[in-house]
Amino acid sequence: MAGGSRHEMIVGQRLLLWPGALALIASPGLAIVAILALLGVATRNETGPLLDGYSWHVLRFTVYQATLSTVLALLFALPVARAFARRSQFPGRTALIRLFGLPLVLPVIVAVFGIVAVWGHNGAVSRTLVAAGLPGFAPLYGLSGILIAHTFFNMPLAVRLLLPVWDSIPGETWRLANQFGMSGWQVFRLIEFPRIAPVIPGIAMLIFLLCFSSFSIVLVLGGGPRATTLEVAIWQALRLEFEIDRAVALAGLQVAACLIAGIAFYRMARSTVSEPTEGRRILRPDISSTASKCGDFLLLSVGTFWIGAPLAAAVTAGISGPLHDVLGRQEVWAAAVRSVVIGLSAGFLALVFGTMLAVTARDLAVRAQRAGLADWVEILGSQTLIVSPVVLGAGLFVLLIPHVAVFDWAIYLAIVLNGLIAIPYVIRLVGPVLRRNAEHHDRLCASLGLSGLNRLVLVEWPALAGTATTAMAISAALATGDLTAIVLFGSGQSDTLAKLLFSALGTYRMGEAAVLAMLLTATCLAVFVVVEGAGRIGRRA
Amino acid sequence: MAAGLEFRDLRSEIGGFAIRTSFEAPSGSVTAILGASGAGKSTLLALACGFEQPASGQILVDGRPVTGLPPAERPISILFQEHNLFPHLTAFQNIGLGLDPGLRLTPQQRNDVADALDRVGLGGMQQRLPKDLSGGERQRVAIARALVMRRPVLLLDEPFAGLGPALRRDMLDLVDALCRDTGMTVVMVTHDPADARRIAGFTAFMHEGTVRTFGPTETVLGRPDSLDLRSYLGVETDT
Repeated sequence: MAGGSRHEMIVGQRLLLWPGALALIASPGLAIVAILALLGVATRNETGPLLDGYSWHVLRFTVYQATLSTVLALLFALPVARAFARRSQFPGRTALIRLFGLPLVLPVIVAVFGIVAVWGHNGAVSRTLVAAGLPGFAPLYGLSGILIAHTFFNMPLAVRLLLPVWDSIPGETWRLANQFGMSGWQVFRLIEFPRIAPVIPGIAMLIFLLCFSSFSIVLVLGGGPRATTLEVAIWQALRLEFEIDRAVALAGLQVAACLIAGIAFYRMARSTVSEPTEGRRILRPDISSTASKCGDFLLLSVGTFWIGAPLAAAVTAGISGPLHDVLGRQEVWAAAVRSVVIGLSAGFLALVFGTMLAVTARDLAVRAQRAGLADWVEILGSQTLIVSPVVLGAGLFVLLIPHVAVFDWAIYLAIVLNGLIAIPYVIRLVGPVLRRNAEHHDRLCASLGLSGLNRLVLVEWPALAGTATTAMAISAALATGDLTAIVLFGSGQSDTLAKLLFSALGTYRMGEAAVLAMLLTATCLAVFVVVEGAGRIGRRA
Repeated sequence: MAAGLEFRDLRSEIGGFAIRTSFEAPSGSVTAILGASGAGKSTLLALACGFEQPASGQILVDGRPVTGLPPAERPISILFQEHNLFPHLTAFQNIGLGLDPGLRLTPQQRNDVADALDRVGLGGMQQRLPKDLSGGERQRVAIARALVMRRPVLLLDEPFAGLGPALRRDMLDLVDALCRDTGMTVVMVTHDPADARRIAGFTAFMHEGTVRTFGPTETVLGRPDSLDLRSYLGVETDT
C-alpha cells in the first residue's frame, strides 16, 4: 500500500498477500494446468468431430436427471421443512434434524449401499412386497435409481437450508397472524411464501450443480451407456475405453455447463449453510387442528423413512454380515490404512491451503477494505464446484501419463484431489473466525506490538484451533470415504475401503459389501473423532 | 504549559468524514474531549495511536513528532470500550503482553505485573480469565497493563461507558490517582460532562471534526462560549 493512500490501514501494518497467492497456485492453478493439458491433447486430434452423437446424448441425460433430481428434492423438501417449522417443539426433533444432516457427511458409497439394501432387487421393500403376495419391485439401476439416491442426499440438504429461513420469521409476525385468525393456506401465501421464494433459486441451483457433477452414485446405480452422466462418461472414456479425445471433449462440456450453472448459482443467491436454531416456541394459528397434526406427522414420517431406512438397512446388514470372513482378510486392512492415509493427508492439505486463502481474503476484506477482491480469492480457491474432481483428475491423468506410472501415484493424486475438493469447507469454517480476530484485536495488537509469530502463537492460534481442527476433521473424514479419485487413478494395488466396497457392490457380493460399508463408516468416524480430539488435547497443552 | 499530546494542523478524510483540527493536551494532566456522536472524538484518538493515517499535519508527544510511526512505537497506550483483553489469556498474561509481546518475562517484570494488579485492586486475580471477571474488573486489568507499559500518554476511548454510575466514578478516580502518581498525560473521550467535571483539569469540545473550545473544565462547562457548545450541553442560550 502506498503511504497514506488508504487511511483505514493501521500505520506500519502489512497485508498478508503471499499465503493466498501461493495457495492460488494450487487451486485454481492446478485446475488451469489440468484444463490446458486436456486442451493440448484435444488440438492434436484432427480427425472427426470431438463431440459425436453419444456425447450430446450424455449431456442431455445429465441435464435431464439433474433437473428431475432437483425438482423432486425440492418438492419433497418443502413440505417436510414446513412440517418441521410448524412443529417447533416435539420430543426427538433435534435428533431428527441431526439425522437429516447424516447424508451430508456419510461416505457416498456407503449411502449407496444402504439405498441398494432398501430399494434393490433383493432389498427390504421388494422382499416385503413379495412376502405380502405382491409382485416384487426393483426400481433401482438406471434413471429411477439415480433419482432415488439423489433425493436421499439432497432432500435433507434442502430441508436444512430451508429451516433457518422459516426460523427467521419473527415472533411478532405469528402473533399478528394469530390476531387475524389466518388459515393454513393464508399463512403460507402471505407469510411463508414471500420468505421462502427468494432462497429457492439458490438452493435449486446448488442441488442442480451437485447432481450434474454426480459421479459415485451414477457409477454404481447408472444403467450403462443409456443412463450415464458426463462425469462417469469421462471416466469410462479414460479408464475403460482409453479414448482420451472423447474424455477431453466430455470434460469440455462438463466445465462449460458447470461454469454456466455456477455463475447462475452465484447470481441467484449467496445463502450460507447455517445451523437450524433450537426449537423456539412458535405460536402459529394453523397448527392446532387434528388434520394438520396428522398431515405433519405423516410428512415427517415419510421424510424420516426416506433417510432412515437406508441407514438402518446398512447397519443391520453390516452387523449380520460375514464379519469374520471379511475382517480376517489382510487386503481389507491394507485398504483401510490407505483410506486413513489419504484422509489425513488430504485433510491436512485442505487445512493448509484453505487457511492460506482465508488469511489473504481476511486481510483484503478487513484490513484493506477490498471486499470484492477478497470474494474473488475465496471463489477462485473454491473452484472445485466448477472444475469437477473428475475433470481435474482427467487433466492430471493426461498430463502425467506420458511421464510417470500414474497408477503408482494413485494415492498421492487422490490426496491432492481430495485436498482441493475440501478447500471450500475450510474457507467457510476458518474464514469467519479469522475475520472476527482481526476486527476485535487488530488495534490492540498494533498498540502492543504483537505481530508475526508472537501474534500467531498468542492470539490467532488459540482462537482458531478449535475451528481449524474441526475443518480438518471434516475434510479428512470426507477424503477417507471418497471413491472418485481412487476409481480414476487406482489399480488393484491401491484399493481403498471405498474401492473395495464399490467392487463388492458391482459384483453383487452384498454380504461382503455390508461389512465393508460398516468398516468404512467406522473408519471415517474414527478419523473425524481422532483429529478433533487431537485438536482439543493440543489446545489444552 | 508544555503539550503532552499535540495535533498540529491535522487533516484527515475517512469515508467522507473530515477531521481538521489543531489541539494541545497539557502534559501531566487529564483532558476530557466532549462532543456529540460523530463529532470525530474517537477518530482523533485513532489518529493519535496510528490506527489511521492523517492526510496531512503532525502528531507530537512531548514535542516529538510520532506521525509516521507504527502504533507500538508511539509512546501512547489506549483503552477501548471493549476488546481490551484477549479472552483466552489470563489477567496476568494480558498485562504481561504490555511488557513483552512474546510473554517472555523476567522475574523483575513478573513482579511489576503483580504490583500493577495490586495497584488497580485486583491482587490475587492473576489467573482469572476475562470471562470470569466483571466488566469493571476487565477494564481494571487493561488499566494495569497501561500502567506497566509506562508510556507517557494514556488515551481513554469511553472505556467506562458500559458501567454503572458508582463503578464509573470509582474507575475515573482510579485513573485520576494514577495520573497524579505517574505524571501521565491522560486524554479521555466521553459523552458525559459529569466525567469531565470529576477528574479532568481541562476540557475540549469537539464539533464536526474540529476542536472548537478548549480550556479549564470549569470555564468551558461553566461559561460555554459558543452556540454549539450551549446546545450540546443543553443550557439556556440567553444570559
